[in-house]
Amino acid sequence: MAETLLAALVSLDGTGHYFHWHWIDISYANLTVIILMVVVFVVALFLPFPGRRNKKETR
Amino acid sequence: MSESPDVKVAPWTGPQRPYDILKEGTIALVVVAILTIGLAIVFSSPDDPQVTVQQWSTKAPIDFAQTALSELNGTSGTAQYGAPYNTASPGQKLGPFTLAKWLGATIPVNTVRDFVIDPLTDQPPTPTLSAALAQWKGAGAGQRTAWLDAYTKASSKMTFANGTVSVPTTAAGPVPVMINSLEQMARSGALDQALVTQSGFYTSNYTLPLLFLADGSYLGDLAQQRHLLGSQWGMMNETGSYPGQAWLWLYTFWYQIPPFSTSTNADVEVSAVMALLSVLLLLVPFIPGLRSIPRWTRVYRLIWRDHYRSQSA
Amino acid sequence: MSSTEIDRQWTTRLRHRLTRRLPPEKVLPDTQPAYVASWIYVFGVTTLSALGVVILSGFILALKGPQWWHVSGVGHFVNSLHLWSVEIFFFAMVIHLWSKYFMAAWRGGRSLTWVTGVVTFLVSIATAFTGYVSQTNFDSQWISTQAKDGINSTGVGSFFNVLNFGQMLMWHIVLLPLVAVLLTALHVVMVRAKGVVPPFEDKPSEEKLLREKEEAR
Repeated sequence: MAETLLAALVSLDGTGHYFHWHWIDISYANLTVIILMVVVFVVALFLPFPGRRNKKETR
Repeated sequence: MSESPDVKVAPWTGPQRPYDILKEGTIALVVVAILTIGLAIVFSSPDDPQVTVQQWSTKAPIDFAQTALSELNGTSGTAQYGAPYNTASPGQKLGPFTLAKWLGATIPVNTVRDFVIDPLTDQPPTPTLSAALAQWKGAGAGQRTAWLDAYTKASSKMTFANGTVSVPTTAAGPVPVMINSLEQMARSGALDQALVTQSGFYTSNYTLPLLFLADGSYLGDLAQQRHLLGSQWGMMNETGSYPGQAWLWLYTFWYQIPPFSTSTNADVEVSAVMALLSVLLLLVPFIPGLRSIPRWTRVYRLIWRDHYRSQSA
Repeated sequence: MSSTEIDRQWTTRLRHRLTRRLPPEKVLPDTQPAYVASWIYVFGVTTLSALGVVILSGFILALKGPQWWHVSGVGHFVNSLHLWSVEIFFFAMVIHLWSKYFMAAWRGGRSLTWVTGVVTFLVSIATAFTGYVSQTNFDSQWISTQAKDGINSTGVGSFFNVLNFGQMLMWHIVLLPLVAVLLTALHVVMVRAKGVVPPFEDKPSEEKLLREKEEAR
């Protein structure tokens, strides 16, 4: 029972897929991780931080 | 002491805001724990089963026998490796420096003795094998080379049928029996054991079987199917569709471009480049230019936009 | 015993130094400078939290030994926790590094904080690598036989044998985590002692002068 519960819901065990362009050759898994890192970084830069507005209101 | 704005900044004397460090830490820990559990439930983790010498010799008997031959005649990757396994080659050079050679053959591997003769000697003796081993041990270097040359020359016509490796030559002395016996031993699983137990009952050192496996094509073929070869940027890849060591992207990147992609010293050259770049990263605060990029790019204006807004107000 | 004699003792001097550099309000602060107001600041604590989960899941794997996760569903799940927390750890650490770079966070006598951070990053890569070669599966077989060439070429292979599972496991679960955790602690203590780096100082005089010039036109 526990074994089936703990098995992956989305299996990533199949053959990997790769982004291949000239000498660049990267798995979509790694590419996703790297793009996600850049996205999270940019979002963290632009997303308003809570408390900012409050500060202005209390001023 | 430099007065550069990239080095100096006056201590903050402006306003403070409330900050609960313990609460922040607790929230972060809970969020990361939940995210980890979620990812583990949804995606699990890869575990491709290990390859054994038994599996290798069963699935690719010719590749195994050819590799065994290369260990005997000294043409295998390990036999010609140099330090730290032997002195067969000076190893890779970084300019005039042979770093590996200087540190010496600290993990000695004799491919003839360790991969063939010792395992065969540990086998329960059969009359044929005992005679072959006795013939080998009693022969001089010249005779052994002549046998191996004859076997090697005919080995392109090697066949495997009915569990037996055959090569069309009669001038190879005990070599056919030795190769064939090693093949039998491998297929029974006994060689897997013999390779790790040479230092005794308890073992945690897999240097010998891993070197032997890596000398053949079987392991590399499996890796190629899984897109793990060095030329496939394999260093940062994982089996299946899992993310791997993506943080090694720069390290594996250098192997793909000239001059490293065509260099026989690529490993030590790429290591040197990465060491240099790591030192540069370490010393960023002290390197003019590199430490000024943050000021020039003005990304900081975004991070501290409230601060600058309140200053200009 | 005179008070000057006590003052000269190593222990006393260390205590004085520590309390001067790290008063309780710096170790456990209840305020931050007003400019510390951006989501970009959460990646340090995220990295620390991920390190915590990495260590906890590693502890569970250590309880049962290196082969457990191949034969037990629960073990495999704990291995998954270990893998994904490592992915989150590096994910957050790299963003933390980017953000500290763009803030030039080494300013104002904080260069050693940067240096300890970079060393921790490099040690973490080595720690993760030794984990990959300690998996006792196809992955570790392939990674170790490949990595041996890179490491041997530098001579390091003479005393750091990636094909020696026992040696790699010891590095992975004892030596490198110890170094990584100590470095992380040192890094955090330095951040606490020096405080979060202030923004680049605007040069209001120049801007003001320009504005005044424009207004005068």
